[in-house]
Amino acid sequence: MKVTQIVEPLKAEIVVGEKIAEQDIAGGYCGDLLSDCIANAKEGSIWVTIQSHPNVVAVAVLVGMPCIVICNYQEVNEETTKRAQKEGITILRTSLTSYQAVSVLSSLGIPGTKRHG
Amino acid sequence: MEEDKVLVEIEREIVGGDFQSAGDVSGELKKVLQQVGFPPSFNRRVVIAAYEAEMNVVIHAYRGIFATEIYEDRVHIEVDDQGPGIPDLELAFQEGYSTAPPHIREMGFGAGYGLSNMKKCSDHLEIDTRIGEGTKVVMDFFLNPEK
Ligand SMILES: Nc1ncnc2c1ncn2[C@@H]1O[C@H](COP(=O)(O)OP(=O)(O)O)[C@@H](O)[C@H]1O
Ligand SMILES: [Mg+2]
Repeated sequence: MKVTQIVEPLKAEIVVGEKIAEQDIAGGYCGDLLSDCIANAKEGSIWVTIQSHPNVVAVAVLVGMPCIVICNYQEVNEETTKRAQKEGITILRTSLTSYQAVSVLSSLGIPGTKRHG
Repeated sequence: MEEDKVLVEIEREIVGGDFQSAGDVSGELKKVLQQVGFPPSFNRRVVIAAYEAEMNVVIHAYRGIFATEIYEDRVHIEVDDQGPGIPDLELAFQEGYSTAPPHIREMGFGAGYGLSNMKKCSDHLEIDTRIGEGTKVVMDFFLNPEK
């Protein structure tokens, strides 16, 4: 599924989206503990989280997650935005909770995925 | 006899408390691993361990040097920091154990899974730590671990 197709269902605003038109998502991961996400999220996933600091972008890059959905309308600071622009990561921001966002993504047919091993 | 020649060497400084650029060194390593052409699953486990080692310097130490040697069939990483050291290594390896303060935990760090992630993802892990001086983490990753 294209990242552009999930913006409206998530009632999200595009905080960073320079690469959004080129991005596909194969699955999803949800979590706020970075050690968990770096170890268990699968490449190509969309990442649902309430964390919004710059290191979140680093984790997305390291895992290979094209898009981060920041929930609860958390503030996204300029450092995070800059880092995402530099790395070509899309950041969406929504007032939905993580559970609500995952429910929407699930209803669109995006499965939960996990890294093997 | 097979050659064991270093293909790429990376040496970078890590600054304690610098959350702004934390993860950059691991990101650079990921790009180099991809360029060398290792399989994605191998790169991923190197990157997980590298990220955890890098973050431990940022979170727990004052400064450190992150050095990598990439060979045709293995990767060697040494992360040497100046910091408080680890008083009880066995305790530190326990999943969920962390001394990270509340404001660091709120950011999603300090879950206490870093060292166990490093152990699971590497083929060889050695930690040399001196209280009040620092910690040195040495990790090896083999493309064919069973060999
Ligand atoms: N480089 C280091 N310098 C000092 N202490 C460290 C270092 N790495 C790990 N530790 C100690 O070991 C504990 C467990 O580390 P880790 O498993 O990575 O969990 P976390 O970083 O989430 O706390 C840390 O909370 C800290 O007390
Ligand atoms: Mg850690």
